[in-house]
Parts: sequence; C-alpha cells; structure tokens
Amino acid sequence: MSRLQRPVEARDWARGPASAPVTLLEYGDFECPACGRAFHELKRLERGLHDRIRFVFRHFPLSQMHPHATLAAEAAEAAGAQGKFWEMHDTLFVNQGALALDALLSYARQLRLDVQRVSLDLDQHLFLPKVRRDFLDGVRSGVNGTPTLFINGTRWDGPYTAEALLRGMRGDASMIVEPMTGLPWGGDA
Amino acid sequence: MVTIAPPPPASGILSFGLSPGTRAPELDAPAAPDGHRARLADYLGSPLVLIFYPGDFTPVCTGELGLFNELLPDLQALGATVLGISCDSLWTHCAYAGELKLRIDLLSDFHPKGALSQRYQVYRDDIGTSERALFVVDGDGAIFWSEVSPIELNPGADGVLDALERLSGRELSRGSVVRARAEDEL
Repeated sequence: MSRLQRPVEARDWARGPASAPVTLLEYGDFECPACGRAFHELKRLERGLHDRIRFVFRHFPLSQMHPHATLAAEAAEAAGAQGKFWEMHDTLFVNQGALALDALLSYARQLRLDVQRVSLDLDQHLFLPKVRRDFLDGVRSGVNGTPTLFINGTRWDGPYTAEALLRGMRGDASMIVEPMTGLPWGGDA
Repeated sequence: MVTIAPPPPASGILSFGLSPGTRAPELDAPAAPDGHRARLADYLGSPLVLIFYPGDFTPVCTGELGLFNELLPDLQALGATVLGISCDSLWTHCAYAGELKLRIDLLSDFHPKGALSQRYQVYRDDIGTSERALFVVDGDGAIFWSEVSPIELNPGADGVLDALERLSGRELSRGSVVRARAEDEL
C-alpha cells in the first residue's frame, strides 16, 4: 500500500478547508484522457460533499506520451501566480484537445490574466522546476500513472468514479462522508 | 476516445522471482528495434534495470512503461540502463515502442517462449506471459533488488529509484541534478 511521501504543504494547490475529514490528492496530467474523465468525477464528488472534502493537485506530466502536458502544467502554475490556478486547471481539463502555446495564452486572456506575464513565464520556463519537483516526489510516493489519487495519504488503486471514490472513503471508519442528497448524476458513468 | 481492452487474464502472483544476491542469469534475447541479441555482458559495469511485464498494449503496462520512459533521464543520471521484457514478438515490440514513443529497448522473450523469464523465475505457466517484475542488477552482475507485483497492479518506480540511489550512493533531486549524499562529503 503506497503512502504519500510528501504531506500537503502551503506551496501545494489546495481547494476546500484544511479541516475537511477527507483530503483527495491528485497527481495529474492535463493532456491525459483518463485525467479528463476523472476531472468530471471529482467535480461530482465536490458538488456532493461540499466542505467535507479538500482537493489538492500536483503535476505529473507524462511528456513523452503527451507532448503538451508539461507546458500546460507550467501555464496552470503561471495562472496560479496570478491567483487563478483552479480556474486554469478547470479550463485545461475541459479543453484537453487544444493545449499548444497559442491556446494556453488564449485561455490566459479569457481568464483576464496578464497575458504578457504568462507568456514570459512560459518562455522562461519559470515554473518548470516546481512541475519537475512534483513529478519526482510523485514517483517516490508510488505514483504509477495518471491520474493517481491519494485518499488521506493512501494511494487509491480502485476506479476513478465518484461512487467508487466515495466507497473508498467510507472504508476508513474515521471518515464521515455521506452526501446529504446523494451524488449528482454525472452522465453515463 | 474510450479504449476497449479485455480484462487481465489472471491476477496475483505465481512466481516470486530470483532473490537479491543471486547472480543475474544471461539475457540472450533479441531487442527492438533492430533485433540485436542483448547479452548481460554488454551492460555490466553499471546498474541495469529489467522490467518484466505481461504484454505489449495492455493498459496497466502502458502506464508502467510510460512511467519508466518518462523517468528515463533521471534513471540514466544514476548510471542505469533500462530494458523492458515480455513474451511478445519483436515486431509487436516495434509497434508498441512507436505508439508509446519509448526510449527503452524491449527484449523479445518470444522464442523459445518465456526462456528468459524462466531464467529469472518470473514466467507464468497459467497464462503464458511474464510476471510483472522488476530487477535492479548491479554493475558486477548480481541482483541487487527485485520486486514481483500482482499482475493487475502497476508497481510504480519508487522501488527502482530507491534501489538505484542506494546502489550509487547518490540522491536524485529536482530532475537530472544529482548530488552526493552527505556522508560521502565527510
């Protein structure tokens, strides 16, 4: 059973209260189709659990398979430096088919970021060391592909549907994570 | 695009592989892309990572080999060579390597089938494939570390990375930057 080797820190991108009973940490790749499917499932989980779950995202771009993944990760960091990491994160996952540089800059424009700044950050690969650090410490934590999810620090080897993840969370008796109205329906999953 | 693939033909572990401390057996199998016969002696002098996997194009392996492919520059920074091994033919290996843009040579254990996997005690008689097994061989040709995983589970690369760091006495940090461990500096 692989455990998360680097705990959640201030420099991580986290959404939701730190006091939430469940922290769901993803090592993800913006160009990975499985991560794109998981993105929609995690949204359902979030809508069902509200403030009882905290999401954390770390980068794990498989650049040999996904040629735009690393630059997309850098773009998310560049947006984060301007206070809009999660907005860019969501935009990238719903536009997985268009992640070349010009597309990334157009998303920055849509999000009303300082596009010149983003462009410079990408050109100078300012955030590449952070992306690489996430990747390597992911390897050390037993990340074995994308997406890899950790539920309260333990690697989840089951399916990535909201229902399966919820079952995984209930497996730990210390967690109280019943959605009040059930999970919202998320398509044909 | 939804990938449709049959479920794994088996689960768990049947053969547990040669133990650390054992001499690494000869490889003697053709390697993609050009079919040259890989010999253990060609790799001695620096660490060798052997990735036995059940089959080309199976979903879990694609994750596993994709991961090692991504990590290859870091493993090379620790002095290691990486080889993948399955019972697929050389031509299947070539197609698979092209699909994944693999920079790792793949050895074909196709004929006589499974002979190399059997030498390392990681052949599955029930389904006719290799187990999902990892070996780190030191520069002198002894098995330094090994791990056999349930066939349905991608083992990740943390065990290999840790073994190579212990073997080289170096620690990988922030990509390809390698620094000596503190005790070496004393």
